[in-house]
Amino acid sequence: MKHSLILKIVAKFLIPVIVLFALYVQFHGDYGPGGGFQAGVIFSVAFILYAIVYGIETAEQVIPSGVLRVLASLGVLIYAGTGFATLLLGGNFLDYDVLAEQPTAGQHLGILVIELGVGITVSAVMLTIFFAFAGRERP
Amino acid sequence: MTDTLIDITLLAFLAISAIGIMRMHSLFAAIMLFGIFSLFSAGLFVVMDAADVAFTEAAVGAGISTVLMLATLALVKDHDEKRPSHSPWIPLAVVMITGAALVYGTLDIPTFGDPDTPSQQHVAPRYIEQGQAETGVPNLVTAVLASYRGYDTLGEVTVIFTAGIGVLLLLGRGRKGKGNSPDRDET
Repeated sequence: MKHSLILKIVAKFLIPVIVLFALYVQFHGDYGPGGGFQAGVIFSVAFILYAIVYGIETAEQVIPSGVLRVLASLGVLIYAGTGFATLLLGGNFLDYDVLAEQPTAGQHLGILVIELGVGITVSAVMLTIFFAFAGRERP
Repeated sequence: MTDTLIDITLLAFLAISAIGIMRMHSLFAAIMLFGIFSLFSAGLFVVMDAADVAFTEAAVGAGISTVLMLATLALVKDHDEKRPSHSPWIPLAVVMITGAALVYGTLDIPTFGDPDTPSQQHVAPRYIEQGQAETGVPNLVTAVLASYRGYDTLGEVTVIFTAGIGVLLLLGRGRKGKGNSPDRDET
């Protein structure tokens, strides 16, 4: 698919929309369907589309696999770190009530942060798996 | 009435695509049918008011899984189907007995949306009645997943992380250079 002009142009239009939708799903998960898992997958789909149309090598220059490994662990760290933050603030592990003045505001903040961690890890792992499969030479 | 009609239509399409997958000789077409199967399941979940599950099924089942299976298919050759050497009767018997046991098991399952089942009476009423006040999050699924069941979700994220590490260990191509240099052939 190296020379398909139509695919390249359509992908260029689609990728920003997909990323925007992923961000919407990520941060609107409190109010509607969606959340970190779905947003992470949709976010990674944008890069997979890019990799399919423009080639794996180009995509790996945009988002190198070293960065993906750091991001995958960063998400888990954000999640678990939120738990330890609540411990340090005097609550139970992952008890978000203590994160803000109001318990519900703390819950909002905690859920937003851990969903962000979920999204980062899921998208990074999905991309890592895709690159690991698709980047291999055909035996 | 409309719900029943949609249910029957979606289930019929599910069965048709499942039979299609079984009878398909081309692996590529079978993978595409797997994606369609997932999409029909997602539609069924929407009809059952499980929007979050449907979302996940559409994104993971129909989207990412299909892409990963296609990537795998690009690595392994599209082998022709080999005729199995043993007789088909033993597998058929195993499938029939398992299917009969599963159908027998469904007889004890409570009807869909029955509020009197044990699973609906343990912690679910607390979530439904207090969830809004305690978390301030309108989407109850998010409240349960991220707050009440935060430990479980942390476990799930760790599982996904572990899966990524596992794939990297098995299929990873070693440490890359500065990004644009070709890979050393280590695998």
